[in-house]
Amino acid sequence: MAKLDLNNLTLAGARDSLRARDYSAQELTEAHLEAMEKARALNAFIVETPEQARAMAKAADARLAKGEAGPLEGIPLGIKDLYCTQGVATTAGSHILEGFVPQYESTVSSQLWRDGAVMLGKLNLDEFAMGSSNETSHFGAVTSPWRRQGSNVALVPGGSSGGSAAAVAARLCLGATATDTGGSIRQPAAFTGTVGIKPTYGRCSRWGIVAFASSLDQAGPIARNVRDTAILLRSMAGFDPKDSTSVDRPVPDYEAALGSSIKGKTIGIPKEYRVDGMSPDIEALWQQGIAWLRAAGANIVDITLPHTAHALPAYYIVAPAEASSNLARYDGVRYGLREQGRDIVDMYEKTRAAGFGKEVRRRIMIGTYVLSAGYYDAYYLRAQKIRTLIKRDFEQAFAAGVDAILTPATPSAAFGIGEKSDADPIEMYLNDVFTVTVNMAGLPGLVVPAGLSAEGLPLGLQLIGRPFEEETLFTLAQVIEEAAPKVGLPEAWWG
Amino acid sequence: MTHAAAPLDIRTADPKKLIAGATGDWEIICGLEVHAQVTSQSKLFSGASTGFGAEANSHVSLVDAAMPGMLPVLNEECVRQAVRTGLGLKAEINKRSTFDRKNYFYPDLPQGYQISQFKSPIVGEGEVVVDVTPSEQIKVRIERLHLEQDAGKSLHDQSPTLSFVDLNRSGVALMEIVSKPDIRSADEARAYVTKLRSIMRYLGTCDGNMEEGSLRADVNVSVRKPGGALGTRCEIKNVNSIRFIGQAIDAEARRQIAILEDGGAIVQETRLFDPARGETRAMRSKEEAHDYRYFPDPDLLPLEFDDAFIAALRDKLPELPDAKKARFMADYGLTSYDAGVLVAEREAADYFEAVARGRDGKLAANWVINELFGRLNKEGLDIVHAPVSAASLGAIIDLIGSGAISGKIAKDLFEIVWTEGGDPAKIVAERGLQQVTDTGAISAAVDAIIAANPDKVAQAQAKPTMLGWFVGQVMKQTGGKANPQSVNELLKQKLGI
Repeated sequence: MAKLDLNNLTLAGARDSLRARDYSAQELTEAHLEAMEKARALNAFIVETPEQARAMAKAADARLAKGEAGPLEGIPLGIKDLYCTQGVATTAGSHILEGFVPQYESTVSSQLWRDGAVMLGKLNLDEFAMGSSNETSHFGAVTSPWRRQGSNVALVPGGSSGGSAAAVAARLCLGATATDTGGSIRQPAAFTGTVGIKPTYGRCSRWGIVAFASSLDQAGPIARNVRDTAILLRSMAGFDPKDSTSVDRPVPDYEAALGSSIKGKTIGIPKEYRVDGMSPDIEALWQQGIAWLRAAGANIVDITLPHTAHALPAYYIVAPAEASSNLARYDGVRYGLREQGRDIVDMYEKTRAAGFGKEVRRRIMIGTYVLSAGYYDAYYLRAQKIRTLIKRDFEQAFAAGVDAILTPATPSAAFGIGEKSDADPIEMYLNDVFTVTVNMAGLPGLVVPAGLSAEGLPLGLQLIGRPFEEETLFTLAQVIEEAAPKVGLPEAWWG
Repeated sequence: MTHAAAPLDIRTADPKKLIAGATGDWEIICGLEVHAQVTSQSKLFSGASTGFGAEANSHVSLVDAAMPGMLPVLNEECVRQAVRTGLGLKAEINKRSTFDRKNYFYPDLPQGYQISQFKSPIVGEGEVVVDVTPSEQIKVRIERLHLEQDAGKSLHDQSPTLSFVDLNRSGVALMEIVSKPDIRSADEARAYVTKLRSIMRYLGTCDGNMEEGSLRADVNVSVRKPGGALGTRCEIKNVNSIRFIGQAIDAEARRQIAILEDGGAIVQETRLFDPARGETRAMRSKEEAHDYRYFPDPDLLPLEFDDAFIAALRDKLPELPDAKKARFMADYGLTSYDAGVLVAEREAADYFEAVARGRDGKLAANWVINELFGRLNKEGLDIVHAPVSAASLGAIIDLIGSGAISGKIAKDLFEIVWTEGGDPAKIVAERGLQQVTDTGAISAAVDAIIAANPDKVAQAQAKPTMLGWFVGQVMKQTGGKANPQSVNELLKQKLGI
């Protein structure tokens, strides 16, 4: 069997073929390791773990042979380098954690290994997941496998889970873990024509995932279609007594929910998501999405989420506030980088100045400022109040019978590397305008590719659901996936 | 932290407690923040052991070392201990409380923040009745009690150029118990902390072991003219013994009075007590210039429980010192002083009750307080290590009661049991310590002494107080075993006085 075929599978397809013994997990893994090697120009991986991958694939084959296959047996995956992996360097994309090798495995990744998956390596990301373009990584920007039609300009894959999205779109892995604090799963998925879901806050354990903003962070998968994403989430989700904010409720079989009728489902269209400067492509796509869902039997209703406009500024207070505290532990005392200093304070200052990049330093400064005596009430407390109002907006919409909300995923298609990184940071922050509300409210949000821009770049739509109703989102997303013209995957120009 | 806001003048100091200055008397106003280590197997947010004295960094979980991605999980036993303590302080228990982060950098604070309860503590206002002296009782109001993490320990003596860090204590649960500024003297402060410690030891919520750092206090002190406007306070951090708490208050009050009487002003600041010099000194401004940037810890949900949870803990509370004291006075007829001494330590109270049960309570109290406590103090021993068990002491008292031995012999017997051990009744029998009540034997001894000392007989007949000399001689001859009453009667009769 030609190797190329093994790199063009769906996760569900590979799973079934592995069980049918059409090819081995080792062959499948080998094909992906080879693809990774050829795609190093994309810089999607920070660490490749071929030896571990081969050992895991071998063990998977043994289980497959015995008929003891787990739900993800033999499936090669990439792990965002924000997840701590036992015995494998974990950097969070930061110089300050260079050389840090955890003695523990994050709950979510350990569940993937429990279910038989194979780890290919650690995926690049914005430093500490702070960014929307993967340009803030200490290990260099990730290049999107996508290019504009007739152009060689290197594009960003989005961020912070840029490595995850790029690797999935470039067929370097069958799926990847990602995390989403303000849009870090959904925006890269939209930019790369992949599917990504940020589940309800508390659905996946945060234990062992480097914290950015604890009240917003949530793990989730990125894959090449809705079914594959649903399969991955089932393995990733679940209650973890080691995370006090994880929620103890059964994990449904998301895959089994696919294909159920959406007839009679009520889809809300929030008028506040029609923002200034939104590209006409996006507006057209949104209308198209509405039409597809309506055609499938959904009721479309206009809704209002009046506090939407305040979400982005409030997010950029809450998230940096928590980050400024969460990142205090990187002090050079116990692990990671240490720059020698005259005394302890000098050591702290030199270590943190050298260890953190510009964007991380900016957010630590913002966070420190908004929590300071005299500013707390004006910033942090008000932001929390806005957060409550945003949550209430959604609750009211759901209480009025809305099952899910359809919005654009991003205000534009992917932009060029360097295009926005030198501009006003606010410009970059605006990428999250459609996604942060979902984190602020703790709701599930899914992005599905729905078309191409005029320049031939993928565009996505976002579905927002009621808490713990991820099944509804998968079902609706599959309707869009099936109705939409095939976005496809980028041509392998990288080698 | 409580001076400014709290209503103050619930009580004015006894004039005897005022400090005389050059410009007249001064009154001390003091409030304490006591940090009590919660008695628990594991830490507040991790499963690591709280055992004291282990090798450095051997009781450290991934959470305590603040490894990336680690999350705190609240230890429910620490919650129960805090609620028990709150109930012991007759305080309001808050069914909903929250955890906040207190942010600052220090090498022994791995997270870069301490998890504490800033806004909504688990326990609200309460009250402690304190016996300052046997005759003086005061009430100290409790402002709040909250749970928080302890920090690790910096070791500066391990290397000439580096400091090391021991994280064994990092994350151990502390209860911070904040009093209102109701304390008016060093004696009151000492008595308050002693009482607090006693209550927590009864409850089993804090072992109160100061040598191991289980109990420390931040002391807020200001002075004022009696009844005058409040002064500016200073906070003396981390005083680690009851004795030093008293010394720190006196030293700080004198320092403030000297400044004020010189026409100066007190600067509100954080100070440290130096026990070697007996004075307080200001902390370097860097050490106190913290903006802690408190905010709710997003890793932890609000702590919520119901009335049934509280009721279940309340039902299992032991009898506390105040109730026990009242009962000892009522049931055993003890004085307030004796009862107070006996209930200070739960073990001592238990010991006393074991001795007193079915016996003369006052006699039991005398023996426990005078003989046993006296001997324990002399040897520097704790009551749980007393060589004379409560059963043995009870047996000794029974031997007195039955007339088998005299009070004097009883003390010798106590000494024998203390040093050699053994069953008191057996010792009395084996060593022939029984009191001689056989008048014949005593009579023979009396006759012999009278016959041998005609001059003393004459003296005694002239001056009856001389009788004591004869009693002594008879006791000597009988090895102390003669019943003193019989000796007296026989002597009087035979000497005709």
